[in-house]
Amino acid sequence: MSKSPVLEVNDLKTHFFTKAGVARAVDGVSFSLARGEVLGLVGESGSGKTVTGFSLMGLVDAPGKVVGGSIRLAGEELVGKSEHDWRSLRGRKIAMIFQDPMMTLNPVLRVDTQMIEAIRAHEHVSEEAARERARAALARVGIPSPDERLVAYPHQFSGGMRQRVAIAIALLNEPEVIVADEPTTALDVTIQAQILYEVQKLCAETGLAMIWITHDLAVVGGLADRVAVMYAGRIVEEGPVGEVLDGPLHPYTRGLIGSVPSHNQRGKRLTQIPGMAPSLLALPPGCSFAARCPRADAACTEMPELVSASDRRAVRCHHPHRPDEPAYEGGSA
Amino acid sequence: MSKQPLMRLEGVSKRFAKRLDTAEKIVNLIGGDRREEVVHAVDRVSMEIADGEVVGLVGESGCGKSTLGRVVAGVHAASDGKVYWRGKDVSTLSGAERRDALLKIQMIFQDPMSSLNPRMRVRDIIGEAPRVHGLISAGEVDDYVDKMLLRVGLDPGFRMRYPHQFSGGQRQRIGIARALAVEPDFLVCDESIAALDVSIQAQVLNLFMDLREDLGLTYLFISHDLGVVEHLSDRVVIMYLGRVVEVAPTEELFAGPNHPYAQALLDEVPRIDTRKRVFQPIKGEIPSPINPPKGCHFHPRCPHAFARCREEAPALREIAPGRLSACHLNDG
Repeated sequence: MSKSPVLEVNDLKTHFFTKAGVARAVDGVSFSLARGEVLGLVGESGSGKTVTGFSLMGLVDAPGKVVGGSIRLAGEELVGKSEHDWRSLRGRKIAMIFQDPMMTLNPVLRVDTQMIEAIRAHEHVSEEAARERARAALARVGIPSPDERLVAYPHQFSGGMRQRVAIAIALLNEPEVIVADEPTTALDVTIQAQILYEVQKLCAETGLAMIWITHDLAVVGGLADRVAVMYAGRIVEEGPVGEVLDGPLHPYTRGLIGSVPSHNQRGKRLTQIPGMAPSLLALPPGCSFAARCPRADAACTEMPELVSASDRRAVRCHHPHRPDEPAYEGGSA
Repeated sequence: MSKQPLMRLEGVSKRFAKRLDTAEKIVNLIGGDRREEVVHAVDRVSMEIADGEVVGLVGESGCGKSTLGRVVAGVHAASDGKVYWRGKDVSTLSGAERRDALLKIQMIFQDPMSSLNPRMRVRDIIGEAPRVHGLISAGEVDDYVDKMLLRVGLDPGFRMRYPHQFSGGQRQRIGIARALAVEPDFLVCDESIAALDVSIQAQVLNLFMDLREDLGLTYLFISHDLGVVEHLSDRVVIMYLGRVVEVAPTEELFAGPNHPYAQALLDEVPRIDTRKRVFQPIKGEIPSPINPPKGCHFHPRCPHAFARCREEAPALREIAPGRLSACHLNDG
């Protein structure tokens, strides 16, 4: 793996200028992604994970705006690109899969029309060649009898199959990076496993890099190489999946893992994080998690930096846990 | 379990039919062959729920778990079969008895925004039912609502607010307070925490467990999330396409599921303690309940299917004390 990263995000800031004030949805997010790597971007509603994904795709609409930082895709700076440049980048170099495939697919066009259009928007190829590539993409994501399915309409597919079509479309132009925003959240467990299986195979076989945005730590544990945990617009902890989930450093990560039922003794009270996420419009000064944090003290009124905790891990906390502390204490709170 | 079960279902089915429209009737008049499409949402389900028990009802979309929950809660009437509440057949109860019985069974829904009236204040959402049913007098409403709000961990000062002024987790608590206000014995929770964030999920799950302890409630907990069901339930019922395929005490089920579908389901649940696992999904889609496969509903996806599975639907039979499974493989 390693070598130079395919995607480097540095101090990305996306703010929304609303009547009620400025919402700092993404406020200084940095990470990098290597070829063939899957990065899990984890957080709860409102943590800024989806806005991060949209910023990477140049899809942030008014009143939102990328106000700072840099996004380098294979060495090319994306922040500040014109809409015209974005059109040629999106789908070709970087593609996105959404939670609801009905959002990606046009309900009144056949799948082949949409796929061929996506190819010919970026390349001058014959319709025949494009159709062949579309067929191959459908086959690659495990859709049976791709020739027949190519001439079907989106509503003729089941939810899982529709998501496969969306993934196939994202793959058409062999992008460097795919941003997947909760792509399996709406699917059933057995169908989710099928999609995860296909994705895993794709990344291993093609060297595709992927950002997997989700709230589900268990999916990240099974799929990702590295994980970044977001809270209130910032990454609070980052590192290899195993190390982070087994020995979380940040109290929020620890609380999040403690909240997962399978991490608790059956029938006992779950460890819970008190309170709820702060409004992005009125973030407290200093650490945004301090109000819910059992370890908070006077030092936490100052914003902690994301500092490396080892050569592969980073944490944004004044009082981080030790990685060898037991992952949860079960029962309290 | 010598005691009388709180709730007993006997061969309960629920069918939904799409009636023929005028155009289709005309087609039939001139010799066409249009039939009503019938969905067997729930197909001859029998089960018992004991007093004080938490039963988890698990399955994927379209398996009929929500429909079954609604039949249990009295929202839908069963098409076939009998529902017994404390030993009495619900369909033979008189109007008043029936109302009292149904009052004791309350439902908590997935999306509190669509189950709470957006134009009513919290005070009325929670206080209306107990007042109408004569549990409290009009003068006691405020105190009673305060008590309910405290019980679910909300500030009584929120009494005069509207549902939209709350976060998702708080709204779900209001939904719970609304259900508790009529002093139920039995709560049917239909995906009640599925829409909440992980940390809020934990808070609401803890609330459910506290309520069980304090009030001795019985739960039918409907969910697709096996982790949650494992944590909360005493017994688990697994459904597939309208039929119950396995019933087992929670620990035994998670230690060794019997039915091939239960095995596949348990295998594929992502768990936080597994890393970089290789996913080995079961093949195929969930068939449409309009036109389910013959024989065992699971046979087209089952790795162990043989000729008999394609012809004959396996009956749900006891394979060990307290454990039931519907699979021909158990016939040895």
